[in-house]
Amino acid sequence: MSRAVKVIVTHRMFFPLVCLVLVLALNIIVTVTTTGSAGPFFQIVMTNGTLNGPLITILNRSSELVILALGMTIVVSASAGADISVGAVMALSGAVSVWLLGYGQLKTNNYHVLTYVVPLAVGLLVALVVGVICGVWNGFLVSKLKIQPMVATLILFTGGRGAAKVVSDGQIPKVDVPSYKWLGSFIQDSRGDNLIPIPTPIFVAAAMVIITVVVLRFTALGTTIQSVGINARASRIVGLKSSRVILMAFVFCGACAAIAGMIATSRIGGIDTNNCGKMLELDAILAVALGGNSLAGGKFSLSGSVIGAITIQTLTTVLYSINVTADQLPLYKAIVVVVIVVLQSPELRPMVRRGLAAVQGLGTRKVAER
Amino acid sequence: MSHHTDDTPRLGGGLWRGLRARFYGNNFLVLITVILFVAIYLAGVIIYRNKNFGSLNSFFDMLNSNPGLIVIAAGMTMVLVSGGIDISVGAQVAMYCMMFAFFMENKGVNAYVMIVVVLVTGLVFGLVQGVLVAYFRIQPFIVTLAGMFFARGMTAVISPQTIDITNKQFMNLALFKIKFPFGGYTNAGGVYQTPFIYLSVVLALVGLVAVYVIMTWTAFGRSVYAVGGSEQSALLMGLNPKSVKLRVYVFNGLLTAYGGFLFCLFSTGGAVEKAQGFEMQAIASSVIGGALLTGGVGNVLGSFVGVLVQTTIVKFINFNGTLANGWSSIVLAAIMSFFIILQSVFTRLRARRE
Repeated sequence: MSRAVKVIVTHRMFFPLVCLVLVLALNIIVTVTTTGSAGPFFQIVMTNGTLNGPLITILNRSSELVILALGMTIVVSASAGADISVGAVMALSGAVSVWLLGYGQLKTNNYHVLTYVVPLAVGLLVALVVGVICGVWNGFLVSKLKIQPMVATLILFTGGRGAAKVVSDGQIPKVDVPSYKWLGSFIQDSRGDNLIPIPTPIFVAAAMVIITVVVLRFTALGTTIQSVGINARASRIVGLKSSRVILMAFVFCGACAAIAGMIATSRIGGIDTNNCGKMLELDAILAVALGGNSLAGGKFSLSGSVIGAITIQTLTTVLYSINVTADQLPLYKAIVVVVIVVLQSPELRPMVRRGLAAVQGLGTRKVAER
Repeated sequence: MSHHTDDTPRLGGGLWRGLRARFYGNNFLVLITVILFVAIYLAGVIIYRNKNFGSLNSFFDMLNSNPGLIVIAAGMTMVLVSGGIDISVGAQVAMYCMMFAFFMENKGVNAYVMIVVVLVTGLVFGLVQGVLVAYFRIQPFIVTLAGMFFARGMTAVISPQTIDITNKQFMNLALFKIKFPFGGYTNAGGVYQTPFIYLSVVLALVGLVAVYVIMTWTAFGRSVYAVGGSEQSALLMGLNPKSVKLRVYVFNGLLTAYGGFLFCLFSTGGAVEKAQGFEMQAIASSVIGGALLTGGVGNVLGSFVGVLVQTTIVKFINFNGTLANGWSSIVLAAIMSFFIILQSVFTRLRARRE
């Protein structure tokens, strides 16, 4: 193996990028078999002042997951566990903000918000606050009471969605004010013309990525989180407030879930508490793992997780195009997760070595017998 | 129990020491649960006295609607004692229900053959999860989260449509009642209501006792406690923690399939959304019943009391009649938080004492 190849293959972005390329290749193959050429997959056309095309759709649809993956990466790194409540927090924060936007008029208008009771910005801010509160609760259980992260977040995983249902009276409240849909589709002027041709979620996701990367890169925070994740006790002895770092990780994750929830509710113009963020928790964990991050905590790569999130959305797209239904998707994703974690397992290498040795041993013994 | 010798003569010192030993002993959490159950049940009997809350029928209702949970909570306790967790049980139950419904209704497979097929599937499911947890050292949560998604997805692959079970053999099992000659009440229409339990409850209690016996009086059961308490010490004692863990997950897979069968006897149908949040109910039952999430401590019979506490609360919500269905999961989450925090405080107190 020449040195250049070795450098490329052992680079930490190699694995995530290979996965992305593989899934993109799958998409191209499916496009070729259905339309006869790979062209349609790369086509980007301008219609009604918006850019359209499979690639734009994938980027657009992956926005929520990219944002969730940011929060999840930090939680995994700092706590060596995962936050499995993100989907429920999305639903809860969405439900609370819609409830506030249509406060008092939901029941009389058959669960439609016709005019905002409070400004949209307040509604979104409240959603963010709900996410932060959920994050504080999760973080408190993990960092102060020393409960395993996934058990602690299991509480909101169940209770959060129940609370969302109670807030929205078990209905699917819709918001009929046009500006509500801006966050999930395109920013429009007062006449309903699209001002910017690129879907808003892409901007939000990009902004979140840039802010997170800048904050973690240019302050000691990134290193602090990794150090706590590698050894919380040692970090505390060195003088870092380990429990506060873990708490902040969960708060950030909750905030990310709330922002993802805002986009998801804006996309459909209302809050469907049964389906908002449903089964996204595994996708977020999968994105982190696909990004080449160890689920055992410590060192992390945000860019890896972002690529992981886009890979998952690309995989979802290809599965949908071969007629897999939304309910069946988890089956395939579960298989991908298992393959990745097995490949990551520190036990795999010795196991393979032992297996090879056994095979070789068999060979040499045969030779000796002869 | 006491490591310190207290030389100061004190009035009632023996009683005090005994109480303290009891307080720090592992059965203290179970004791709290039993008291809690008796208290809320009596409260229900008093508050809803004109709705026959206190009748034997009402008590049997709680068992009749939860045969699957009784068995699966027992299995969950075993997994928690081993230091693991299994959050795939709800999705697995959905998958087994769908298997029963699809193969019996659409393919005409014999009900008894299906019972065997489902039990074997559970065994294999547990085996795969067990190998990943024990031999590849992947966190149980990640493995069983993947298992949960796999089973939920598989349910939709078997059939995206809801299927109701009408198979005669199966329905005969499902509707087999054991009637009790006493404890009933006469309803508003003047008809005497005979209390009864379904066959599935008897099967569930047999499963519960079997798990209790295995966990308490067999070498395997004791080694599960040892491995969950401290893997290092178990290793030094000459146990093989990997093999113990593997067997725990295999056994739990079998129990989940058995519980899925009992759940199906009650719900008699298959649907993708079946048994949503069931894993939480099972974990909550174990935790309420005194199982520590850190492993090594847990009581199988306690998990049964946990099931009773939970179903009583659900009963409260149903009897109230005005609360939305989201409330039961909120209340469940609240009880779960209460017990988890209690455990955390309890463990810390005990650690400080040692």
